[in-house]
Amino acid sequence: MRIDCKHVWEHISAYIDGELDAALRAEIDHHLATCEICSAVLDSTRNVVVLMADSRVFELPAGFSERLHVRLEGELGQDGTG
Amino acid sequence: MTTPNSEFDAECIRRILAGETHLFHDLIRPCERPLYFLLLSLLRNEVEAEDAAQETAIKVYRNLHMFRGDSQFRTWVLSIGRNEGLGRIRKAESRREDSLDELTEGQNGDFTPAVLTNWREVPSEALERKELGVLLHKAIEGLPEIYRNVVLLRDIEQMDVRETAAALEITEGAVKVRLHRARALLQRDLAPRLKGFAPKRAKWFGWGA
Repeated sequence: MRIDCKHVWEHISAYIDGELDAALRAEIDHHLATCEICSAVLDSTRNVVVLMADSRVFELPAGFSERLHVRLEGELGQDGTG
Repeated sequence: MTTPNSEFDAECIRRILAGETHLFHDLIRPCERPLYFLLLSLLRNEVEAEDAAQETAIKVYRNLHMFRGDSQFRTWVLSIGRNEGLGRIRKAESRREDSLDELTEGQNGDFTPAVLTNWREVPSEALERKELGVLLHKAIEGLPEIYRNVVLLRDIEQMDVRETAAALEITEGAVKVRLHRARALLQRDLAPRLKGFAPKRAKWFGWGA
């Protein structure tokens, strides 16, 4: 089977997550080795995924946790659950 | 991400229900981040998301006796949070509810990637990370609702496919399809704009040409 660029793009997310079977992964690796465009699409998609996982990029608002627990304290101080 | 610990959760819940209510602080703490970001993805407003997160935590506490342990505690919390968020959306804007309903799996989106070859590296400096954060926030905010939820839980909160599916009450297949489409849309949106970020050094993450 020969795969084209569009076929590769359809599997990029699963490729990044390591969810492809070995045969398809090998096909895509083969394609990537010779296709500059798909290789760049893979790299930039993976960059987006890596950035999103960076907890320094997505932080809770300052004081979020403190405010939550102060509000909870008011609730917990009342009668028990249920 | 904090990995959920079912045994700790179960023991904690048992003791809270037996009267040690202060333990609820420890129980809810690992859920704070995913809960907030899930609500932010739904409500698109930090103040509203924070208030909804607090309301959710209180609802979780009040209904703790109803948790059966057939899912992870965090998944249960996120389901309650999702309902809280959706309830607020419905109350605020019936028009928006219609548009939510229109978004289906069969949607004919354009998921063709941006085929730029000159943004392959992620800029490495702290300042750039902050700017990147702003760009990423905006890009995620611009995603259709059904993709935003999935990307928040899977890629930002690093939850697995199964838990994401359970929290959003969709199939695991739908999680994968939506995640793929979300990433494709983000790549297409971000790659051209991040072109302007000149890489400071090559192979920051150990890949790329």
